[in-house]
Amino acid sequence: MEQNATSPSNQGHPSNLRRVAIDPISRVEGHGRITLLLDDENHIHEARFHIVEFRGFEKFIQGRPYWEVPFLVQRLCGICPVSHQLAAAKAVDQLVGVERLTPTAEKLRRLLHFGQTLQSHALHFFHLSSPDLLFGFGSNPAQRNIVGVLDKYPELALKGVKLRKYGQQVIAAIAGKRIHGTATVPGGMNKILSIAERDALLVDIKDILAWSQDALALNEQIHTANPEHRDFATIRSNFLSMVGSGGELEIYHGGLRARSASGATIFDQFDYRGYQQIIREEVRPWSYMKFPFLIELGKEQGWYRVGPLARVNNCNFISTPLAEAARKRFREFGQGGFVHDTLAYHWARMIEALHCAEAIYMLLHDDEITGTDLVADLGEKRREGIGVIEAPRGTLFHHYQIDEEGLITKANLIVSTTGNNQAMNESVRSVANEYLDGHEITEGLLNHLEVAVRAYDPCLSCATHALGKMPLQVELLDADGALLDRLTKGSNGMIERTL
Amino acid sequence: MSKIRIATTSLAGCFGCHMSFLDMDERLVALLEHVELNRSPLTDIKHCGPCDIGLVEGGLCNTDNVHVLREFRDNCKILIAVGACAINGGVPAMRNHFTLRECLEEAFLNGVGVENPQIPNDVELPLLLDKVRPLHELVHVDYYLPGCPPSADEFLSVLGDLLEGREPALPKKLLHYD
Ligand code: SF4
Repeated sequence: MEQNATSPSNQGHPSNLRRVAIDPISRVEGHGRITLLLDDENHIHEARFHIVEFRGFEKFIQGRPYWEVPFLVQRLCGICPVSHQLAAAKAVDQLVGVERLTPTAEKLRRLLHFGQTLQSHALHFFHLSSPDLLFGFGSNPAQRNIVGVLDKYPELALKGVKLRKYGQQVIAAIAGKRIHGTATVPGGMNKILSIAERDALLVDIKDILAWSQDALALNEQIHTANPEHRDFATIRSNFLSMVGSGGELEIYHGGLRARSASGATIFDQFDYRGYQQIIREEVRPWSYMKFPFLIELGKEQGWYRVGPLARVNNCNFISTPLAEAARKRFREFGQGGFVHDTLAYHWARMIEALHCAEAIYMLLHDDEITGTDLVADLGEKRREGIGVIEAPRGTLFHHYQIDEEGLITKANLIVSTTGNNQAMNESVRSVANEYLDGHEITEGLLNHLEVAVRAYDPCLSCATHALGKMPLQVELLDADGALLDRLTKGSNGMIERTL
Repeated sequence: MSKIRIATTSLAGCFGCHMSFLDMDERLVALLEHVELNRSPLTDIKHCGPCDIGLVEGGLCNTDNVHVLREFRDNCKILIAVGACAINGGVPAMRNHFTLRECLEEAFLNGVGVENPQIPNDVELPLLLDKVRPLHELVHVDYYLPGCPPSADEFLSVLGDLLEGREPALPKKLLHYD
């Protein structure tokens, strides 16, 4: 924790507000910061969640051949690389004129994505968030981590480690390695799943199903047994997600559905290739992550939430029985309406983890999964491709244009976490006003703000695919142009010699 | 035997190297019997204290990265550059082919569906470096762990060597392209 009474934030605040920063936010993936401005009585004047990193992907991808993109772009995010690879691959399929994959290729892609979602959800709960939920939001920070959970609840923590491991093994069987493997080719997949590989995955699937049920039961119990969890960081919002053609939960391919906080349909089964007609992204000066909104509702009202809470609320049903039974209990908890509780993200996430385990079980028992027909016939080349997928953290958009040689000329990504940008800010404000306002700020109270952000499972690593602000740099050159000295003004306002 | 203290951080990386560290799976549980985690995305320690080993993923793309790397170098007896991004900039360094301004303009001014176009500019945002740079351009690096990401076996091999006081050397079978 850094408290800095003379920070530059005070400038322009005649009332001399004090700045408190949580920097970095820990137990999330990527780089984020929360800042508070407080007066002498500790009343909150401003609470913000900033993304402080910028990458510039939309620019530096330009000029690269389209077939390279899935493997480049997955390096935005080492937690959900498969989701990026698949969203890009779906766009690439359009570039090469493929409407429909072979049955085996489509099933392999689905299996790959279920493995990805299972491992990501397990990682988020067990490795990152469970310490808050098991030990308490204001508990001892030295214990509040996966090592503490391994100490206190070894059996539970080990199940979490193995759930994540299994998801990674599914990925490795299809993509060659656990992180940044290669699986897709334009119009299909590059490798079969051998019978031996399939059989190896079958060995543990029963345990995985059982442990996913345990993880769900634990999260369901934590949420329903703690009334204070209902209101913590809770906001009412619109929800956006993909659904299947029957309105079922769908994470690989379907139409877009948006519903308002009260459940009214804003649009449904919308073809995502037209996303520019429904979504725009606002830039605000204090974050590198943009703020998307539904055009129909406008900048003020049009923000929404994505991810497990949105998907489980938005779908009509889940196609696998255990997860569907869990969804019904979730729905009952919401008394037939949407569950807006921010902490219910954890519960919804574990419903999805169970769905992934069930879906993996079914795909491994499907004979077509070991088929050998992997690539569809390529059609007429096109200049534009738009791939959308439900990544673990929410709806992920990849959009590319190419020139006649197949080199990228334009790229746009709306990464999942961006979808929750406004919501995370709203939740941070809600917790700041409810729990911190007027109190002496302690480490435990500050962790409450991080608990609110963590519920969304933000991946700030891929949220920062854009680039940031200009460094102020002065260079002294001699008559021949050789660099003699260089001064740089840092983010803290200090001028440093950086030669 | 007292535990070895390790700090880890991700700078301009994708977290894949950290994920690969976790890919030790059950072996991580065994490792943690000999290791104490200091600052890391997995703990709530926000600043690096005195450590035996610092593992750094990702190169340098902004002034925050610079401060964190200096903090690691000042506090860690052994500093290891983990993965392609830390060693040579990796994918984020592809932006070095363009100017920073071009990258910013594409994202915030000329992008698809951008509302309220402007380049973010706020005291809370760290300044971006003109180029993405590898770690060794700023500080002395003791060891380089190659890969994108290095595999869990590589982490175990290097940490095992260091825990037992050996000079780390990757066995040949761990040195390969993807
Ligand atoms: S080396 Fe590879 S895995 Fe590691 S941070 Fe860079 S892109 Fe990610």
